[in-house]
Amino acid sequence: MTETKQSTDAPADDALAQAKDPASGIVVCDACPVLCRIRPGRTGACDRYGNLDGKLTRLDPLVIAARAGKDGMVPFLGAPWDGSILSGATAFVTGVGAGTTYPDYKPAPFIVASEMEGVDMVTVVTEGIFSYCGLKVKIDTDRFLGPECAPVRVDGEQIGHVTTAEYGSQMLSLGGVRHLTGGSKREGQVACEALLQLANKQAVEVSIDGGARVVLQAGSAPIIDGVREERMRVGCGSAAIGMFARQWCGHVDEVIVVDDHITGVLTEHQAGRFLDMRPSGVRVRGRRSTPGRYFQVANPGRGWGGTDIGDPLEIVERIDPRAAWPGLRLLMVSTTGEHASFYVLDESLLPRPAAMPAEVARVVARIGENCEPALVSILFMAGAGGSLRAGVTENPVLLTRSVHRGLTRVTSGGAPAYLWPGGGITFMVDVLAMPENSFGSVPTPALVAPIEFSLPLEDYRAMGGHLDRLRPLASVRGERRATTIAWNEANPWPLDLARP
Amino acid sequence: MAVGLGPAVSAVAALLPGDRLHLQHGPIDIIARAWGDADAIERAYRAAWAAFSGLLEGLCADLTLLRRPLPAPRPHGPVARRMHDAALPFCAGAFVTPMAAVAGAVADHILAEMRAAAPLARAFVNNGGDIALHLAPGRSFRCGIVSDLASPGLDAIAAIAAEHRVRGIATSGRATKGSGGRSFSLGIADAVTVLAEDAATADVAATLVANAVDLPGHPAVHRVPACALDPDSDLGSCPVTVGLGPLAAGEIAAALDRGVVEAERFRSRGLIAAAILFLRGQRRIVGPAPLVHAA
Repeated sequence: MTETKQSTDAPADDALAQAKDPASGIVVCDACPVLCRIRPGRTGACDRYGNLDGKLTRLDPLVIAARAGKDGMVPFLGAPWDGSILSGATAFVTGVGAGTTYPDYKPAPFIVASEMEGVDMVTVVTEGIFSYCGLKVKIDTDRFLGPECAPVRVDGEQIGHVTTAEYGSQMLSLGGVRHLTGGSKREGQVACEALLQLANKQAVEVSIDGGARVVLQAGSAPIIDGVREERMRVGCGSAAIGMFARQWCGHVDEVIVVDDHITGVLTEHQAGRFLDMRPSGVRVRGRRSTPGRYFQVANPGRGWGGTDIGDPLEIVERIDPRAAWPGLRLLMVSTTGEHASFYVLDESLLPRPAAMPAEVARVVARIGENCEPALVSILFMAGAGGSLRAGVTENPVLLTRSVHRGLTRVTSGGAPAYLWPGGGITFMVDVLAMPENSFGSVPTPALVAPIEFSLPLEDYRAMGGHLDRLRPLASVRGERRATTIAWNEANPWPLDLARP
Repeated sequence: MAVGLGPAVSAVAALLPGDRLHLQHGPIDIIARAWGDADAIERAYRAAWAAFSGLLEGLCADLTLLRRPLPAPRPHGPVARRMHDAALPFCAGAFVTPMAAVAGAVADHILAEMRAAAPLARAFVNNGGDIALHLAPGRSFRCGIVSDLASPGLDAIAAIAAEHRVRGIATSGRATKGSGGRSFSLGIADAVTVLAEDAATADVAATLVANAVDLPGHPAVHRVPACALDPDSDLGSCPVTVGLGPLAAGEIAAALDRGVVEAERFRSRGLIAAAILFLRGQRRIVGPAPLVHAA
């Protein structure tokens, strides 16, 4: 029983143009008679409109993503909808701003019917409130950020922990129900706010117990103890030896690639032996794994190759006089090429710093060229296996089965979701593939994230879907809050369903 | 997100589940409910909608005057007059503008129109936490009080019966916009809830008691001039609280004591019936126990 009445006070069409006060960046909101003057980054009295980068912005829009049709025209983008039939081929209603229904047995806020190449499709659009959720953060760096399992904190509260090191990167696991609702009230609030900022692609500084302070922002380079990480290593020390051995051979007699993980020694390494390089007798510290590959040559740190080494000669344990010779040319280099020193052994076989020959410097530079830019990447992970499903169908397990069989596609703000095998609907999504400000929060504390389930109408009927709540795509455009953004062309179109 | 100006936000009325009426326009967000026979409820809701249409426009016409510190000339609009009249008794020795009563005065006005339209057993008009009540003889309300929106739980209960002279409840605190609050506070209270004869008076008193819960000069209290956040704030360059660091238990108690002094002063003058003050898990109750008790 909902009746809606509206008064007729419409805003002046051209008010926005006059609304800006160029000196202070203040925007005047003309959405209601209060005419709030809003400073940059602040909201008006209603909290529904804000000054976002100098633009008056509805803060809780229902976001429809649109892409060009076969005719190359993008429907209604940036212009009022002209009344033409909307097609599932060009417009997709995302869950961003859709809202939720509670209690859960009520149908989801938007159950949208559209047509895609002759097939009737349904998209169930909602926003999930996730206490069981978190972020998996990958930080491209070899620098030591902190020991595995170390707490990751914001404002002194633990919001997650250091987990495994992966190839050229360090992983963090942030959030999860134990920090959101299992700890103190403040811990939950701080964790929720940090997750919200990170999921919305904003920067957050975290501190790691026994480790570094790191500024995290999806799609940007990590800033570790105030230093921006530029490069992801080309490979481990052993891999670097393997990649560049032939280019070094003849210009240098020994190369040691310093790496906290696996330090490589060229003439001992299979790559050097294969090139018939003479053993140099330069022995490094650490534990030998296989010939020319050494673990634990130093402690983890923020020096050369993710070690705590500032002077690379510290990892040279000894130089064997039976093998080494005066004039031996020694290159020491890190896995990103950011650190490099060139030495020549003197008559008493002591390494003396020397000018690096151009041929050697060129290969060092090539290590840098082959490093990819270091980035922070963030996946949002959440479980929609619970009561949210009842908003889709009267028989929730049928949705789970349909999702796992690939009949129903799960997207989050239109971005593809990776579905974990096993029970429930536990998914991961790259926050960079999602629209801006896709996430919200509630005081529970929990994150609010968009989620859409797309499937053919016949399958929706078969699973006991809420067919009585089905509404045509065009009617959603009439929603007062509806706003349109350009479809992210890197994402697959959610209504292109592969039939099994 | 590149979002253009949305459609105009006009006054909206909707019936919500549980026979409640939702009225919203700009920053005004009201949930109301009336009890009585079906016909009376419908007439009351129609009267509420009629009173609500044009209400915000009327208020805005008086906005310049309403933002001036009292004493000041009395405005003309019905809601503006309620604001002025409610705030005036508090202006001796204190900085107060009629804006301190805006939410409560709107609630009082809508409630008055509903009562005039039909006989009702009970009614409430809740305007964003500032609540006007109607009680026919023999009726009562039990109101739960939540001190922390971030962790909603029942912190106290106000039991209000028809024979009590309480028809208004209002809450003020440090939480600013974006963190659950709606306006600025000069103090550090998590929440101050006041019970008074009407919602407008409760609104002003809650604002002033919350301002009084303070630790002047304490380094843990972060303040910025109100106008740096909102160029049109009635608080002008007054420093408003935007953050609060850790406090020792003794400091929390001292800040609450200041608020209690202010609340007792208002109570002794007959301006309020009761108040309940919260800060960092500590609580003070001012007024008779039957009105406010621990949950």
